[in-house]
Amino acid sequence: MPAVQETIDRVRSIDVDQYKYGFVTEIESDKAPKGLNEDVIRFISEKKGEPEWMLEWRLEAYRRWLTMTEPTWARVSYPKIEFNELYYYSAPKNTPGPKSLDEVDPELLETYEKLGIPLREQEILAGVAPENRVAVDAVFDSVSVVTTFKEELKKAGVIFCSISEALREYPDLVRKYLGSVVPVSDNFYATLNSAVFSDGSFVYVPEGVRCPMELSTYFRINEQNTGQFERTLIIADKGAYVSYLEGCTAPQRDENQLHAAVVELIAHDDAEIKYSTVQNWYPGDKNGKGGIYNFVTKRGDCRGKNSKISWTQVETGSAITWKYPSCILRGDNSRGEFYSIAVSNGHQQIDSGTKMIHLGKNTSSRIISKGISAGKSENTYRGLVSAHRKATNARNFTQCDSLLIGQDCGAHTVPYMESKNSTAVFEHEATTSKISDDQMFYCQQRGLSEEEAVALIVNGFVKDVIQQLPMEFAVEAQKLISISLEGSVG
Amino acid sequence: MNMETRSLKTSAETELASLFDGARGDFAGSDAVRKRREEAFSAFDKRGLPHRRVEEYKYSDIRAKLKSASALVAAGTDGDAKAALDAVATYGDLERYRIVIDNGRLVTGLSDIGALKGEGVTVSDLNAALGETDGLLDVSTIAAADPMIMLNTALVLGGAVVRVGDGVEVSRPIEIVYTASATGARYTRCRIELGKGAKATILESFEDDVAEAEGNAVSDFVIGDEAKLTLARVVTGEATHVSSVLMDIGASAEVKAIGFNMGTDFARTQSFVTFSGEHSNASLYGITMVREKQHSDHTLVVDHKVPNCESRERFKAVIDDFAEGVFQGKIIVRPHAQKTDGRMMTQALLLSEDASMANKPELEIFADDVQCAHGATSGQIDEDLLFYLRARGIPEAQARMLLVLAFLAEAVEEMEDEGIVSALEGRIRDWLSVEE
Repeated sequence: MPAVQETIDRVRSIDVDQYKYGFVTEIESDKAPKGLNEDVIRFISEKKGEPEWMLEWRLEAYRRWLTMTEPTWARVSYPKIEFNELYYYSAPKNTPGPKSLDEVDPELLETYEKLGIPLREQEILAGVAPENRVAVDAVFDSVSVVTTFKEELKKAGVIFCSISEALREYPDLVRKYLGSVVPVSDNFYATLNSAVFSDGSFVYVPEGVRCPMELSTYFRINEQNTGQFERTLIIADKGAYVSYLEGCTAPQRDENQLHAAVVELIAHDDAEIKYSTVQNWYPGDKNGKGGIYNFVTKRGDCRGKNSKISWTQVETGSAITWKYPSCILRGDNSRGEFYSIAVSNGHQQIDSGTKMIHLGKNTSSRIISKGISAGKSENTYRGLVSAHRKATNARNFTQCDSLLIGQDCGAHTVPYMESKNSTAVFEHEATTSKISDDQMFYCQQRGLSEEEAVALIVNGFVKDVIQQLPMEFAVEAQKLISISLEGSVG
Repeated sequence: MNMETRSLKTSAETELASLFDGARGDFAGSDAVRKRREEAFSAFDKRGLPHRRVEEYKYSDIRAKLKSASALVAAGTDGDAKAALDAVATYGDLERYRIVIDNGRLVTGLSDIGALKGEGVTVSDLNAALGETDGLLDVSTIAAADPMIMLNTALVLGGAVVRVGDGVEVSRPIEIVYTASATGARYTRCRIELGKGAKATILESFEDDVAEAEGNAVSDFVIGDEAKLTLARVVTGEATHVSSVLMDIGASAEVKAIGFNMGTDFARTQSFVTFSGEHSNASLYGITMVREKQHSDHTLVVDHKVPNCESRERFKAVIDDFAEGVFQGKIIVRPHAQKTDGRMMTQALLLSEDASMANKPELEIFADDVQCAHGATSGQIDEDLLFYLRARGIPEAQARMLLVLAFLAEAVEEMEDEGIVSALEGRIRDWLSVEE
C-alpha cells in the first residue's frame, strides 16, 4: 500500500514534538466581552441576526446550564475550567457573508492553504473526476467563513450552509430539528453549547436525493482564550444519502482552550448518513502544557425505517477528549455503525466511545474501536449497547482493541451492555496487548528501523477503520496517526 | 469520585445508625478493633447505602431495595442450629468437615474442630480471635472503599478464623455452612488463611437467608506462597444478601473458585482478588440462576499488582421470567505488572421475554507488556440446537433443560473435583426441574 511508504517518509521528515498546524493567523477579530451572561448571549444572537425564538431557546439553555454541574465520571483529570475567563464569540473581522472566495481575507485563505484544505476547488482538484469533488464549509474560530460548491449543490436540492445562514434562510427547518436529537438539557457541555453556539454547518438532503459530492467542514480555533462552540445539524430525508467529513486544527498555545460542539444527525426512512471526523486539535506540548479540551456531544437518530447512520472517527489531537458519538436506533431495521481510531501520546487523555440504543425491531449495530496509547497518555473506551424491551431481534457486535506502546501509558475499556429483550443478541470482545517482539523482529530483520516498523504495525492494526474513511481522509488519517506516535519508541 | 453530599438519610440508614449505637457495648475484641469498627461505621455513615448513582452499584440499588434495616439476629441454641443444619443438603453425603455458623455465630458444638486440628487446621471463634489479633478486620484498599464491607466491619456479629498450617494438605473438603434458626440481620465474617504450600478445598454454603432480613457476609482469604485453594460457594435463600469474597494471593499460588447465586430475592456476590506475589494464577467462575423477580449481581475486581500472574474469569447467567442479572468485572493491571495474562468472559442466556441482563466487563491497564481480553455475549437459546435435539425425539422442555445445563456446566466442570462438580450440577438440575 503506497500510503504506508508515505507515512514512513512523513515520520522521517518531521522532528519529534512538532505540531504542524501550530501557527497563529494574525487576523483582526471581533469578540464578545469576556465571560458569560445573558447579555453575551443576546450579543451573539444579535450578531447573527437570529429570530426571536432562537434567542429565547438560547436563554433557556443558559438558565438551565447555571443549575448544572460538570460531569466527573470520565477517566480524565484537568484543572477546573473558569467559564467566565473565556470569550464566547470571536469572529474574523470584515467577513459578514462573503459572496465568493475573492472577498475572503487573503490571510485566512493562506491559513487554509497551510492546512491543506481544498478551498480553491477548481485548481486543487484539477484533473480529478467530478464525482470526487468535496464541498467545504470552513469555520474559523466561531464563524463559518466560506462554503464552496453551494450553487451546484442547490441544483441537486441539497442545502449546505452555515447554521446561522440556515437560521435566516430556512428557520422552519432548523426549528423543527434543532435540539430534537440532543435536547437542550442533555448534558453540561451540550447545554452550554445550546446557549452560546456561534456557528457550524447545516445540511438538508431532500427526499430521494443522493448528495452529489462529499460535504466537508474544517474547524479551526485561532483566537486566544476562546471557546469554540459549533453546532452541526444534518438531516437526510426519506431515501437520501449524504457523506460528511469534518476536520479540526488549532494553533499552539500554552493555555487550554475549550471546544464543546454538538452534532445532531437525523435519518428518515431509508436514508443514510455517513459522518467522518479527523480530529487533530493541538494536543499540548511534550510536558502536557496547553492543548484543546474537546468535550463534544454527537448523536445520530435513525428515526425512520431502514435508516443507517455510520460514525467514523480518527482522534489524534486534543489534550483531553470526551466524546461519544451515538446512534439511537428508533426505526425498525435501522443500523448504526461506529468505527474509531483513538491515538494518544504525550500527556493526552482520551475518554471516548459510543452508545447504541436499540429501540426498534430488527435493529443492528457494529462497533469497531482501536485505541493506541503511547507516552504518558491515558486512553479509555467507554461504550453502551442497550436493547429495550421492544427491540426484538436487536443485534450488536463490538470489538475494541487496545495497543500499548511504552510502560507509562494506560489503556482502559469500560463497556456497558444492557439487554432487556431475550431475542437481542449482543457480542462483545476486547483485547489489549503491545506490539509483539516477534512482529518487531520480523520487520526490523527486513531492514525497517524501529520507528518504521511501529508505523507499519500500527497501520495494520487500524486498517479495519481506515477502510471506512473516504479516500481523501484515509491518506490524511494515516499520516496523522504516524505523526501522533512520533517519539513514542526508543 | 462518586460521592455526593447528602443531607437526608433514608429510614434504613437511620435504623442502621441506631443499630450500631445499640450494639456498640457488645463488641468483642481489643480497643484497636473497636476503633476500627467506629471508623468503618463513620465512613459508611458518610456515604450511606450505595445506590444507582454509585458506579459500582449502578445496577444493584441497595438504597432503593432496603426499605428498612432489620434488627441484628440473636444467638440461637445449639439445638435450633442442629435442626437448621439438617435441612441443608447441598453436598449430600460428600465426605467433608463442617464448620457451622448459625445466626452469624460459630457453633463449636456442631463443627468438626477437633478432627480439623488433627489435620493441621485450627478453627477459632472470630470474636475470641479479635481479642488476640488486631488486624483481622483489615482489608485491601479497594475493598475498604466498599460501603457494604464497611457496614460488615462495623456490625460483624461473629464468624470463624480458619488457619491451614504451612504445608498442610487437608484430606477432605471443609464446608462452612451458614444457617439461620431465627430471623434478623446477619453480619458474618470468616477469615481463612492458607499457609505456605498448604492445600485445601473450601465449600461455603449460605442457606441462612430468612425472608425480610439482610445477610451481609465477608469471606476473607489469605493465600500463602505456593498454596492451592479450591473454593465453591452457593448463595441461596430468600433475602437480600450481599456477600464479599476477598482474596490476597501470594507467590506461585493457585486458586480455583466458583460462586453460585441462585434463588435469592436479591443477591450480590462481590469478589476482590489481589495478586500480591508473582507467578500465581486464579481461575474464577460464577453462575447466576434467577427467575420470577429475582436479582443477581456478580461483581468482580481482579487487581494484578505484581508481574507474571494469570487470571481467568468465566461467568454464566441464566435468567427467566422478570428476573435481572448483572455482571460487572474489572481487571486492573498496575504499572509494572508486566507479563500479566488476564481473560474474562461473561455469557448470559435469557429464557423469557422480560428477562434482562447488564454486562460490564472492564479492563484497566497501566502496563504495556500484557495480554488481556474480555468477551461478553447475551442472547437466547439457540434455535438450531433446540431443533437438533427435538429432531432426535427429545421433548422441547427437556431439550431446553439440557441446553441450559450444558451452558452452565461449562463453568462448573472447570472445578475438576468430581464430588463437587456432581453436587453443583445437582443444584442446577434442581433449579431447572422447578421450571417444569
